[in-house]
Amino acid sequence: MTILAFILAGTLAAATPLLLAALGELIVERAGVLNLGLEGMMALGAAVGFVVTYNTHSPVLGFAGAALAGIALSMVFATLALGFMANQVAAGLAIGVLGLGLSSLIGKPLESQTLDAPGKLAIPVLADLPVIGPLFEQDVVVYLTFGLAVVIWAVLNHSKLGLIIRAVGENPHAARAIGFRVLRIRLAAVAFGGAMAGMAGAYASTIYTPLWADGMIAGRGWIAVALVVFGTWAAGRIVFGAVLFGALSLGGLIAQAAGVALPSQLLASLPYAVTIVMLAVISSNRRRMRLNTVASLGQPFAG
Amino acid sequence: MAPLLQLSGVSKRYGGVQANAGIDLSVDAGSIHAILGENGAGKSTLMKLIYGVERPDEGQVLWQGQAVTLSSPSDARRLGIGMVFQHFSLFETLSVVQNMALIVPGSKGELAARIRDLGAAFGLSVDPQAMVHALSVGERQRVEIIRCLLLNPALLILDEPTSVLPPQSVALLFDTLRALRAKGMAILFISHKLEEIRELCDTATILRQGRVTARLDPRQGTAHDLATLMIGRPMPPPVHPTPHGLGEERLALSNLTFANDDPFGVSLTDVSLSVRGGEILGIAGISGNGQQELAALISGEIALKSGGKAVMLMGQPVGDLGAAARRQRGLAFVPEDRLGRGAVPDMSLADNALLTAHSRGLVKNGFINRKLERAFTADCIARFDVRTSGPQAEAGSLSGGNLQKFIMGREMMLEPSVLLVAQPTWGVDIGAAADIRQRLVAMRNAGAAIVVISEEIDELFEICDRLQVLHKGRLSPSVEVAATSVAKIGTYMIGAVA
Repeated sequence: MTILAFILAGTLAAATPLLLAALGELIVERAGVLNLGLEGMMALGAAVGFVVTYNTHSPVLGFAGAALAGIALSMVFATLALGFMANQVAAGLAIGVLGLGLSSLIGKPLESQTLDAPGKLAIPVLADLPVIGPLFEQDVVVYLTFGLAVVIWAVLNHSKLGLIIRAVGENPHAARAIGFRVLRIRLAAVAFGGAMAGMAGAYASTIYTPLWADGMIAGRGWIAVALVVFGTWAAGRIVFGAVLFGALSLGGLIAQAAGVALPSQLLASLPYAVTIVMLAVISSNRRRMRLNTVASLGQPFAG
Repeated sequence: MAPLLQLSGVSKRYGGVQANAGIDLSVDAGSIHAILGENGAGKSTLMKLIYGVERPDEGQVLWQGQAVTLSSPSDARRLGIGMVFQHFSLFETLSVVQNMALIVPGSKGELAARIRDLGAAFGLSVDPQAMVHALSVGERQRVEIIRCLLLNPALLILDEPTSVLPPQSVALLFDTLRALRAKGMAILFISHKLEEIRELCDTATILRQGRVTARLDPRQGTAHDLATLMIGRPMPPPVHPTPHGLGEERLALSNLTFANDDPFGVSLTDVSLSVRGGEILGIAGISGNGQQELAALISGEIALKSGGKAVMLMGQPVGDLGAAARRQRGLAFVPEDRLGRGAVPDMSLADNALLTAHSRGLVKNGFINRKLERAFTADCIARFDVRTSGPQAEAGSLSGGNLQKFIMGREMMLEPSVLLVAQPTWGVDIGAAADIRQRLVAMRNAGAAIVVISEEIDELFEICDRLQVLHKGRLSPSVEVAATSVAKIGTYMIGAVA
C-alpha cells in the first residue's frame, strides 16, 4: 500500500470521532449552550462502550451504552447550567473532569484488553477507482457519521426544527416571547450532544483503536470544541477541520515510521497545532464570525 | 354582546414593586383602544399579562365572555391574540420568511405568497427573502405586524409602535391600523404620545403607577388634559432657546467617511457638521442609520487610523486620538447605552463619577481622594435631583431615568466646551425629561457647544438651534429649526430628499 493510499484509507476513520463529537456540540452551541465537558463525555463513552462491547460482543450495544452514558453525564451538566443557571464554562469543565475520572474507574479492570476490529465495507465501483479508491473502504460508522453531517447541515439550514434551534440560540428572550420553551429545547440539544460525544468515545475505543488504555481520548474532545468555534458553527467547515486533523495525524504516523528526524512528541502534536491554526485563519474573517456567531452562547437564561 | 377581551381586578407584583394593581379593562371588536401612561406606569406588564408572557397574581381574564388562563404566548395566539413588540422579537440571522415559518404553518412558497398578499392589502410591503438584519427598523416592524396577521388574530397588541418610525411611516402605519379596524379587528395601542392617540384611537385607558386613573374618549379632551391625567400634574412648559450671539467653532467634522467592517453596523459617508459655542445642533433620524457610529467617531471610541483633520475639536485635529485625549481637550459625552458605556453597573456612583471626573482634582499622584470623590458625587446627586440612597449606591440599582440624570449631571459638572449627548431623555419620565432639556438649554446659554443625537423629533424641535438628519450613514445639510417643519425633517429621515 502506498503512503497516499494509507492516508486516504485512514483519514476518514481518524476524523470520525472528532466529527461525531463536534456535530453534537454544534447543535448544543447553536441552541445557545456552551458545554466544555466534551472531553469527559467522550472519555466516559469510550470506557462504557469498550466494557459493554467486551462483555456482550455486540458493537451496537456498546454504542448504545456509550450514548446513554454521554446523555447521563450531559444531564448532570444540564442540571447545573440550565437548572441552576450556573456558569456554563465552570459547569462544563467540572463535568469534563468528572467524566475523565469515571472513565478511568470503569475501564480499570480491562486495561490493555483488546477487541476484534470490525470489518470494512467497500462501496462497489467507487472503491475500485484509482488513487481515491481507499476512501471508499471504511467501517459502517464512518459512512453513517459523514451522512449525519449532511443531515445536520440540512436540518439546521432547511427545516423548522433547525430554525427553532437557531432562534433559541440567537435570542432566547424573543423565542420565549413568541412561545417556544427555551429550556426544554436547550435540554434536548444538550442531551443530543451528550449522546454524540458518548458515541464518539465508543468509536475511538472499540473501532478506531480497539484497545483499552486509560486517557486514550487524549485531547480529542478539546479539538472537537475548537472545531465548532473555529468552524464558525457551520457543518461544512467542521467536516473540513475534522478531515484535516485526521489526515495530519496519519501523516505524523507515517513520518514517524519513515524515521523523520523530529521528536515524536512534536510530530504527535502537529495535527492539533496545524488544525487550530488553519481554523483560526478561517475564522479570522470578522464578517463571517459576526454573521455566524451564536448571539446568546454561554449566557444563562431564566424561564 | 360580551366584549372581546375583559380584564377584571388584574394585579401583578415583581418583588417589592406593584406593577399592576386591580386593573379593569374591556376591549371591543372593531375598535382601537389606547393604553396611555408614562415609562414605568405598568403598560408593558399589562400587555405581557394579556399575551401570556407573565401570569397575573390576582384577577380574571375573560375572552369573548369566557374565563381563560393564559400560561404562554402560544395560548394567547391560539385564542387569536397577536402582539407586536417594542423591541422586536425577530431573529436577525434568519430571513423574513424563516421568521414567519417559526410560528406560522405552511411551506415557504405559500408563506412568501401570503406575505406579499398581506403587504399589498394593508400597505406593508416587504421582501420575503430579505435577511432581517439588513432591514430598516420600519421594515422590521412591518415584518412583525405581518407575522401577527398571518395568524388571523381577533386582537392585535402594538407596544409603542411609533417610537421607532419617522413621521411618514407613522401615517402609513395608521392607515394600516384603520384598515384592520374596518375588518372588525380589535387593536390595543400602547403609547405615551398624546397627539397620536387623539388622532387614531376610539377609547383610551390611562395608567399611572400601575393603576387605572381614567377611561375616556381621547378625541374629546385636549392633549393637555390627557397629559395631566397621565403624569398627575400639569405638563411642564417647553423651554425654547432664545437667539443670542455665537462663539467660535468648537467641533467640526469635514467629509468624514468611515467604512464599518461590522456587517450589522452602518458605514458613514462624507459626513460634515460644525458646532459653535452657544448653540445646540440636533442630529435627527431613526436609530440604526449610523447614530452609534457617529457618536463613537466624535467621542473617540473609534479613532481614525489616519487623517486626524476630519475631526476638529477646539481648532485642533483630533480624529486619530482616543477618547481620553479628546476629553482632555474639553469634550464630554453622554452615551445612549447607560449601563455598560455610560456607567459601570456594579460600581458605586462615586466610583462611576471618578471615571470621567478624575481630572477635577479627584486623583493626586495616582491616589484617589475619596473625600473629594464623595463630595463631587453628593453634589451631582443633589444638583441633578438623582433619587438614590447616596454616593455608595450601585449604579445598576438606579432606575433608567435616575441613572440618566446622574450621568448627565456628571458630564455637565465637568463644564465641557463641547457636550455630545445621545438620546438624552430615552426612558426618562416626562418631568425629568423636561428638566434635562432645560439644563441643556442653560448650558447652551452659558456658551457651551452641544450636539444632541435623538430619535424624539419633538424634543429636537424644542431645544435645538439647528438640525441635521442622519439617514443610511449620510448627514443632511444643516437647517435652522425656526425655518423648517416636522414634515420637512421627516422627508430627510426617510431619505426622500437627495
